[in-house]
Order: sequence, then C-alpha cells, then structure tokens
Amino acid sequence: MATTDTSTDFTLDTAAALAADEHGTIEGKSPWLLAWRRLRRNYVALSFLALFFLIVIACALAGPYARHIAKTGPNDNHLGETFARNGKQIPIVSKGGFVNGTFVAGGIPVGPQLWHAGGRYVFGADNQGRDVSVRLLYGGQNSLKVGIGSGIICMFFALILALVAGYFSSWADWLISRFFDLIWAFPVLLLAIALGTALSINGFHHFGISIESGSLWIPTLVISYVLIPYVGRPLRGQILSLREKEFIEAAKAQGASPVRIMASELLPNLASSVLVFFALIIASNILTEAGLSFLGAGVQPPSPSWGTMIADGQDRIVTAPWLAIIPGIAIVLTVLSLNVFGDGLRDALDPRSKIRMER
Amino acid sequence: MLAFVIRRLIGALLVLVAVSFITYLIFVKIPGGDPAPRIAGRTATEQNIQDIRKKLHLNDPFYVQYWGMMQSLFSGSLKSYSSQLNVVNEIKKGIPATLSLCIGAGIIWLFFGIVVGVVSAVKAGFWSDRVITVLALIGISLPVFWLGLIVRYFFAQGHPLSVLPDGQYVPLTVNPYEWFIHLIMPWTVLAVLFIGFYGRVLRSNILDTINEDYVRTAKAKGLGSRRVMVKHVLRNSLIPIVTLFGLDFAAVIGGSAILTETVFDLKGVGQYAAESVQSLDLPPIMGVTIYATFFIVLFSVVVDLLYAWLDPRIRPT
Repeated sequence: MATTDTSTDFTLDTAAALAADEHGTIEGKSPWLLAWRRLRRNYVALSFLALFFLIVIACALAGPYARHIAKTGPNDNHLGETFARNGKQIPIVSKGGFVNGTFVAGGIPVGPQLWHAGGRYVFGADNQGRDVSVRLLYGGQNSLKVGIGSGIICMFFALILALVAGYFSSWADWLISRFFDLIWAFPVLLLAIALGTALSINGFHHFGISIESGSLWIPTLVISYVLIPYVGRPLRGQILSLREKEFIEAAKAQGASPVRIMASELLPNLASSVLVFFALIIASNILTEAGLSFLGAGVQPPSPSWGTMIADGQDRIVTAPWLAIIPGIAIVLTVLSLNVFGDGLRDALDPRSKIRMER
Repeated sequence: MLAFVIRRLIGALLVLVAVSFITYLIFVKIPGGDPAPRIAGRTATEQNIQDIRKKLHLNDPFYVQYWGMMQSLFSGSLKSYSSQLNVVNEIKKGIPATLSLCIGAGIIWLFFGIVVGVVSAVKAGFWSDRVITVLALIGISLPVFWLGLIVRYFFAQGHPLSVLPDGQYVPLTVNPYEWFIHLIMPWTVLAVLFIGFYGRVLRSNILDTINEDYVRTAKAKGLGSRRVMVKHVLRNSLIPIVTLFGLDFAAVIGGSAILTETVFDLKGVGQYAAESVQSLDLPPIMGVTIYATFFIVLFSVVVDLLYAWLDPRIRPT
C-alpha cells in the first residue's frame, strides 16, 4: 500500500513542474512588470516624460544660470542700462516714441537675443528691464512647486478621505461624500480666487498655523483644497467596488484591522489609479495656478510665476509679444508633457482604461 | 420618478444654502476681510469706521449678518461695499454676455466634438486615433487666458491677419451681426479646450457600442449602415456625453468663463466676479457665487433627469 513514490501525486505546483520538464521554468510576471513593458514600448509617452524632467531640471538650475550666464537676478531692474551685442551697446529698454505709427508710452524692452548677446536676454527683457529667461526659470520653479506641492497634498487627503469613506460606508461615508459634493458644487475658480485673494492680504494666522501673505503655501493649499473631490470621488467609487471582493472578506475573516486592510489590501489595488491621477492632477494644478496668478490671486508679485508673467505681458502684447507668448509656451509644454505621459501611463497600467478623472 | 425629482431639488437647495454660508464665512473670518476700514478710506478716524460698521450691521453676530445679506440679495437691494452699485442689477447686466459666450461655445464644442468623434470612430485606425488623441491632449493642456491673448494678438490687434474686432460685447438686440463677430474669438478659444476631449470620449463610446448585441441585430435585419450608426450606435453613445456636457457647461460658467471674459473684456458676470474678488467686495462675491452655484446645481439636476429619461435602465423607481 505504499503511495509515497507515485508520480500522480498532484501538488499545487504540478502544472508548473510538468511544464518545467518540457520547456524550462515558467516565471510569473507581476502586473507591474507587464505594465512597464507596455510603457517601455510607448516612446511618445516616455519622450514627453523626458521633456518634463528636462523642464524641471532647467528650472532647478535657475540660480546658477542667473549668477553665471545671465548675470542678473529675477527681480533686478535694468532700466536705462545697456548691454553689448556684437560689440555694440544696445539699450535694454528703449525710450518710448512712435512705433509703426502708433505712440508707445514708456520704453520698449529689447526682444529675444537667443545666443547673440552671450547668454544675456535670451528671451528678451520686460518693461522694467528684467531678464525674461531668468524670470522664466524662477517662475517655473514657483509654478512647479505650487503644482507638484498641491498635487501631493491634494492626493494625500483625497486618498485618506476616499479610503475612510469607501471602506466604512456609514455616517463617515455620508459626511465625506457631502463634503465632496459641496466643494464640487462650488465654482472652482471662483472659490480659489476668493480664497487666494482673501488669504494674500494678511496671510493666515489661525489654529496655530501661521502663513505669511505672499507665501507660496497660499496658492498651494488653496488649489489642493478645491481640487480634492476631483480625485476623491473616483477613488471612493473604486474602493466601493473593491470592498465587495473576496480578498477583503478573507482579510476580514483573518481578523485584520481596518487600517491594515486599507494599507495592505486596498492601497496596492489603488496604486495604478493613484499614479495616473498624480500625473494628471499636477498638470491641472499647474494650469489652475497659472489662471489664479493671472487674475492676481496666486503667486504674489514681485515673485515671478508663469501666470503672473503672462498677466504682466498682456498689456504689451502688441509692442513686446514675447512677454506673454514665452511663459505661455512654457506652461503648455509642461502641462502637455504631464498629460501625454499620464495618458500613456494609463494605457500601460490599465489597458481597458477605466481610470478616469472626473472633471 | 416624482419622488426622485423632489429629492434632488431639496438636495440642491441645501447645497445652495451651504455654499452661500461657506462663502460668507471665508470672507468674514479671514483676516483682511473686514470691509469697514477699506470703505472709510485712508484718512478715516476710528469713529468713521465705527459708524460704517454700524450702518452695514458689521457688529452683529455673523449669522444675523448672513441672514440680512441673503434677505437683501433675494429682495434685490444688496449693494456693493466699494462702488455702492446694486449687485443684482450688475449681475443681470452681465448675464447676456456670459450666456452668449457659454451657450455659443457649448454649441460649437458639442457639434465639432460629435463630428470629430463620429468620423474618427468610423475611420478607426492608427491615424484617426493619433489625431484625436493629440487634439484632446492639446485642448486640456492650453491655458484659456493665454490662448485668448494669442488669438487676440494675431486676429485683432494690428497683426496683418487682423480681421476681427478686439474684445468687448455687443448685445444681440442691438446688432446681431456685431454680436456674432465680436464673439467669434471667445467662442472658438473656449470651444477648442473641449472639442478634442469630447471627440475622444465619444469615439471610445461608439467603439464600445458597436459590439453590442442590438447593433448586430440591427445589422442582421438588413438596416443600412448609416441608419444603424445614427439610430442605434450614436444615440446610445451620446448618453455619457450628455452628462459630461451638463457638468462641463456649468463648470465653464463658474470657471473658464471668468478667464475668457477677463481676457476679451466682455463685461460679463465672470469678469464682474474677478473684479470684485480683487477688491474683496463681499456683496458682489456672494451674489455671483450664488448665481454660479445655482447654475452648477441646476445643471447637475437637469443632467440626472435627462440621464434617467434617455436611459430607462437606470431610471429610479
């Protein structure tokens, strides 16, 4: 009755063992590996990701660029000064007068020099003689800080609220859903400019938190607050369907605590959505910041940001079009690169493309 | 169905109350929001400021102030703190411009979105897919105010291509031709943001619907492909677009319209809002917020009802 050496003793790995005899070992591929393989083939998405990193690095190098190449700070005025181009001295801001038949009050700043002036005034000067390329890089730092910072904060709170709401679905869910509905019903931009303007007068000094007016934290927090439901609502929806799955039931049966279930069962299943949303939310935050700053409710002057640079340039668009056009191109490239990459990431992580940000 | 409508309407009313209350709190509680010193001007004495406080009831508890403000808003007697103009009249003055802008842009983006979506679904393949993806991604990546400035620069401000009038709003009742020609740029700028996105959503809806059983049945019973496309595929694919359109339209009234009106100087409600926010003028902000929230809430109710009417499967009982 000895059955120990029988070859029909099936175990869990029998199929793999049998296959190994024929073709060599079959290795399981994790979903992340499969997603990475899909993403790796998407050259468009990857090159736009590279473009985004290029922009980030360029903005991070604003300090050395300003010191060693442009030799001027972002807020330094150069009215009445000249610079050398091919040995000739050119005024940075010309005197006002008639241009193409129309009278222009105030001076006309010098246009983009590209590389002809030895790295100075690459993108021209603005009406106070400030170097546009230096301001563009410093402004980019501010825009990216606000965009990425508010993206992180917004994602963090949206995720926690969605987890609590979706998992407990009791009064907590009711409360959080109504909170989402309420911010959702607010006209986003109106709420943001109202908060931004009100806060930037004296800053915020309540509840032991002290934020000075003109601080970058004001636009960052305002934007992350008003955009929470745009991420939180779809995430909550996903959790509602996940919590009915068997593996959650199994975890509960094993006696796992709610926090443990959220952290080690729900969160990994949300990871792909979170990644995609993160890329997309930063893009939309940079756009919102630009809109806010354009209306004067975001980054406060004299600190540059791409939005305030466009606002400064809008009155001079006929005589000095580069003032408004160049920061706009910077915004479009940054936002587009994030959107294209986010789109590719979604295709890779979720080929049936169910992840949609509610707008 | 009636119970559903009533429930939605009550919910909408509660949201309106909550939104107005929160707006009020933001401006009363946040430092710098106290209007009395600003109204009194620079040379005001403490006594002047106290008088203004009393006149505007700023010393009352905030819920009394809130109630008073809501009463005067709905009776139409609310006045701005800084310009002393009647808020309700100012909003009424701006509504034609804002609605002309939003409805016109909405029609354009819906029409072209549907055309682009249908064409790219019928000609599904590598190139149509790429073109519509690029359109959609560029649309959602453009800052509307920047696009507005650029379009103004090229088509209205002395550039050789300048053929359109620059900014401003001419009422439809005054001169329909001027009204149209002044709004072409703002409409296009606003619509460009959405056309690609709508086309892309519609395209993927159509491609999903084409595989449904009822489409196969329609084909099997010998209907022409055009008829199948319009009557069976498109009709069902448009349902999600209706939802999207309602929400986006409301969001545009309370969002992108502010930027577009400011750039093109259309003197609509959005521009009024932006100007009053910059001077921290509470009454107009309350008025405009309520007005914009009213539209957002109204459209979300309309969308829900329309959705239930279009798709009997989700009709609540």
